[in-house]
Amino acid sequence: MSRLSRGAEALLPPRGRRSRLGVGATLIVGGGIVAVIAILAVISLVWTPFDVGEINAAERLATPSTRHWLGTDKFGRDVVSLLMVGSRTTLLVGLVSVGVAAVVGVPLGILSAMVPKWWGEVVMRANDLLLAFPALLLAIMLTAVHGQGVVTAMIAIGISTIPSFARVVRSGAIGVMKTEYVLAARAAGRRPVAIAARHVLPNVGSLVIVQASVSFAIAVLAEAALSYLGLGAPPGTPSWGRMLQEGQELLFVAPRLELYPGVAIALAVLGFNLLGDGLRDRFDPRLEDRR
Amino acid sequence: MTTAPERTAYPPPGMPPADVVRVRDLAVVVGDKPLLVDVDLTVRRGERVGLIGESGSGKSLTALAIMGLLPEELHPSGSVVVTGQGPAGGERVTSVLEAGEPGLAAMRGRDVAMVFQEPMTALNPTMRVGAQVAEIMTIHGTVADRGAAAARAVDLLDKVGLPDPADAARAYPHQLSGGQRQRVVVAMALANDPALLICDEPTTALDVTVQALVLDLIVRGVQARDAGLLFITHDLAVVASVCERVLVMYGGRVVEAGPVLDVFTRPRHRYTRGLIGASDLDLTRPDGGLYTIQGSVPAAGRFPAGCVFRNRCTHATTTCETVPEWDGPGPEDGFACWHPVVHRG
Amino acid sequence: MVRGLRTGSPAGIQWCTVVELAIAVRDVVRDYRRPRTSLTRPGPVVHALRGVSLDVARGQRFGIVGESGCGKSTLLRIIAGLDQPTSGSVQVGGVEISRLPERRLGFLRAQLQLVFQDPMGSLDPRMRVRDIIAEPLVAQGHRNNLARVHELLEAVGLQPESADRFPHQFSGGQRQRISIARALAPDPRILVADEPVSALDVSVRAQVLNLLDELVHRLSLTLVFVSHDLSVVRHVCDTVAVMNRGEIVEMGPTDQVYDRPVHPYARQLVAAAPRLQAALAGRTAAVLAAETLAARTVSSDSVGSPNPLARPEAPGLATTTAPRDSSTPTPDPTPDPTPTPDPTPASGPAPKDAP
Repeated sequence: MSRLSRGAEALLPPRGRRSRLGVGATLIVGGGIVAVIAILAVISLVWTPFDVGEINAAERLATPSTRHWLGTDKFGRDVVSLLMVGSRTTLLVGLVSVGVAAVVGVPLGILSAMVPKWWGEVVMRANDLLLAFPALLLAIMLTAVHGQGVVTAMIAIGISTIPSFARVVRSGAIGVMKTEYVLAARAAGRRPVAIAARHVLPNVGSLVIVQASVSFAIAVLAEAALSYLGLGAPPGTPSWGRMLQEGQELLFVAPRLELYPGVAIALAVLGFNLLGDGLRDRFDPRLEDRR
Repeated sequence: MTTAPERTAYPPPGMPPADVVRVRDLAVVVGDKPLLVDVDLTVRRGERVGLIGESGSGKSLTALAIMGLLPEELHPSGSVVVTGQGPAGGERVTSVLEAGEPGLAAMRGRDVAMVFQEPMTALNPTMRVGAQVAEIMTIHGTVADRGAAAARAVDLLDKVGLPDPADAARAYPHQLSGGQRQRVVVAMALANDPALLICDEPTTALDVTVQALVLDLIVRGVQARDAGLLFITHDLAVVASVCERVLVMYGGRVVEAGPVLDVFTRPRHRYTRGLIGASDLDLTRPDGGLYTIQGSVPAAGRFPAGCVFRNRCTHATTTCETVPEWDGPGPEDGFACWHPVVHRG
Repeated sequence: MVRGLRTGSPAGIQWCTVVELAIAVRDVVRDYRRPRTSLTRPGPVVHALRGVSLDVARGQRFGIVGESGCGKSTLLRIIAGLDQPTSGSVQVGGVEISRLPERRLGFLRAQLQLVFQDPMGSLDPRMRVRDIIAEPLVAQGHRNNLARVHELLEAVGLQPESADRFPHQFSGGQRQRISIARALAPDPRILVADEPVSALDVSVRAQVLNLLDELVHRLSLTLVFVSHDLSVVRHVCDTVAVMNRGEIVEMGPTDQVYDRPVHPYARQLVAAAPRLQAALAGRTAAVLAAETLAARTVSSDSVGSPNPLARPEAPGLATTTAPRDSSTPTPDPTPDPTPTPDPTPASGPAPKDAP
C-alpha cells in the first residue's frame, strides 16, 4: 500500500481494523463473556449449587448428571460450584495485578518518554532489570516474607507485569511526543504535565487497553501456574488454576477435570481480549463514522 | 498532434504510432462507492501524456489499474490493454483486468514500468542498488547472464547521472541522497526498455533543484527509447514542462483532455479553469487575492451525482444533475461540462 | 494584495533604528549530535545553523525559503522558543528568549504563535476542535472560552458547529483553518507559519493563502513564513531570506531576490522552479535542467543582471520568451515542438466568457 500516494491511500478502507465484524459486535461479544463470568462470581458470593468446602467421599469423581451438572472432583466437590467460586479468585487476581501494573507502568512509560533522553534510558534499563527478574522467583520471595496467598500472587504478578506496560507505553509515547500536535501544544504554552494528560495519555490509550487485555490473559495463566506450584491460592481457596493443578494427576482418569477450568480460562482470556479490542475501537474518534 | 518519430521496426512509416496502453470505460468501485468512472486513456509510443488532478481525483488509481496493482478490495471493470514487445521482436498484448498474476508479472517491469513518489520505499533497503537494477533485468531475461546484468546496471546508473556509477552500484539506498535514490528508481524503470513508463508524482518528495534534473532525466529516458510516458502529478507547471497531452481528472472522472497548450491556455471545463487560476500565484484578482475554487475536494466516493464538480462550481444549474456528455472529437480531446468556458476567437 | 504598500524595512537593518523590531536573530548557531553508531566514537555533529542573523520589523511579512535540510525549520523552532540555539541570541519583542527555559516563555506564547505544515499531524486526533482551538487560552489560564472559539471559527471561515467535531471529520484545507484559528486564539502579534500550504490541494491552497493574507492585514500581524516554494513566498512576503546549508545566502526585498538573484544558490532555486506560463512558452524540462545547472556555475559578471524568468507583468506577456542575458551560460535550447501560443491571455480565470 505504500506505493499508493497519500491521496489514493485515503480511498481505501482502514486496514488492520475489524472490518467484517463490526466494531460493535466485538464489544458486545467480549463484554458479554466478561459479564457472564462476573455475574457468576457475584452469585457465588450468596449461592452455589453445593458448598465447595464440603468433602463428600461418596460422590468422588462423579460423572456429569442432573445433580452435578459437570460432575465432581476427587474430593467429591461439585465442579460447577468450584468454577463459580474459582472465578472470583481468577477475576480478582487478573484485575488487581493488571491494575497494579498499569498504574505503575503507564506513568513510568510516559515519564521515560518525556524526560531528557538520558534519564529515559536510565528508567528503561531499570525496567529491563525488572523484566529479567523471574516472576516466579519474585513470588517465592514474597511468599517467604508474607506467606502463601492470593494477595501475594496478585502483587507478584502485578510487579512482574509492570515492565511490559512501561515498555509499550514508552514506545507509543515517544511517537506521540514527536508529533506536530505536541509541538503545537508546547507552542501554545502547555506545561509538560498537561501535555502528558491531555495529549500523550489519550493517544497511547489504545495501546494500554490492548496491553491490559493481553496482560490479563497472562495474569490468569500465571495465577494458575503459581497455584499449581503451591504459591498462589492456598488449598481450600478454589481457583481455576488450583483446579487445573488438582486435576492434573487424574488427567487420564478424568480428563474433564482439566477440560472445564481450561475452557473457563480460555473463555475469560478471549472475553477480555475482545472487550479490549472493542473498547479501543469504541474510543477512537476516527472510527466514529463507522459506528 | 505529434507525428511518428523515425523508427525502423514497428509500425511501418506513415502509420500512426502504436498504442502502448489503451484504457476504455475503466471503472473502479469499492463497496458501493465509485472511485473511477468511465476513464478513457490512450498513450502511444513516443508520446508524453500528463494526468493531473488533486487528491481523490483517481489519478493514482488509474495508474495502479494499468499496472494491475489495484488492492484486492477494489473491483475494476472496463478494459485496459497494454502492448509491449514480446520475445523475438513480436508484440505482446496484455489485457490487464483479465490477465492472471503470471501474465501481469511478465508485463510489469518489462512492458510497463513505474516510478513512485517515495524513492526510499521503492528500493529494498537491504540490497545494493546495483544488484537491484541488475535483478530487474535478470527477472525478465533481457540480458544474457548475471555478469552482463551487473555491467549493464553500472552503465544505466551512469546514464541516469550518478557520479561514479561503479561505486554507486555498491551502495545501499540509505547511503544515497533522495535525488540519487530517485535516479536509481528511474534507472530500474528504464532497465528493460519498457514501452510505457508511468511516473506517479515522481518529484513531489524531491527538492526543487533536484526535481528539474530528474524531470529532464525522465523525459530523455523515454525519448531515447521511444517509449510512452504517463506522468501523474498535481503540479500543472510540471506537467506543462514535461508533457504534450494532458488529461484532467476530478472525482474519478476525466473532465477534460487535450494538448497541453490548448488545455492550459484555453480551458473549457470549469474545474480546469479554476485549477489553473488557483495554481498560478502570479495571477491575482483586482483585490490582490488569488483566484480560488470554493469549498474543498470531497472525500472519495462522496462526489455529487451528475457533474462531479457541480457542488463547487459557480456556474452549476439543475442541468448539471445529469452527467455531462463528452464534447470533443475523441477521448483524447474534449471536455465534459454543461456550461463550458467560451473563448473568443 | 497589500504587498508593496507594506514595504517594511529593508533586510539587514541595524540594531538601533527607529523601526521597531519584532524579531532579532544574531549569529545563531545550532549543532546537533547524531546518535552514535559506534561504541567508541561519539556520533557525528550536524551543523543545522551556522551563524544566522536576521531582523523582522513589526508589520513585516518575512519569508524564509530553502530546501529540505537547509535549517529553516530549526531556525523557526528557535524563534518560537521550542528549541535552544547552541550559541547566539534571539530577541522577540525586545526580550532575549534563547536562554529561557520553556516554562518561562509564557509571554512569548501570548505574542507569537505557530501554524504547522501538516494539517492532520498538528491537530490531536482525540481532541474536539473547540479544545484544540482553546488550548493556547487554557494554557494561559483562561476558562470558558467557547465564545472566543466561535469568534475564531468565524474568522477563519468555519461554521460554529465545527467546534464539537473531531479533526478527521474535516478536509485538509479546513484543518489548516482550524490550525490558524488556534494560532490566533491568544491574539498574538507575530504569526509564524511553517510550510502552511505545502500539504494542501492546489484548489485549496489559494483559499488558505488568501485567508492568511486577509488575517495578517486585518489584525496587523507580523508574519514569518517558511516555505520551500519561492513562488508562494513571493506572493505572501515583502522580504525574503534564502537559506542553504544552515546559512542565509541571500536576503532582500522579495521581488529583487526573485527577479535578480545574486547568490548562485538563489539563482539555482529560481531557475529550477517550473512555472506554468514559462513552461507553456517552451521552457521544457530540458531547459529547466540546463538552466538549473547553469545557475550553479554562474559567472560573476552576470550577477545583478535581470532574471529572464521574472514574473511577467501580465499573463499574456508570459508567452513571449524573454531574451537571455548573453553572459549567462545558455543551455542548449532544445528544439521546441510546441507552437507559440495564442498571446491573448485566455489562460487565466479572468472572466473571458463570450456572451
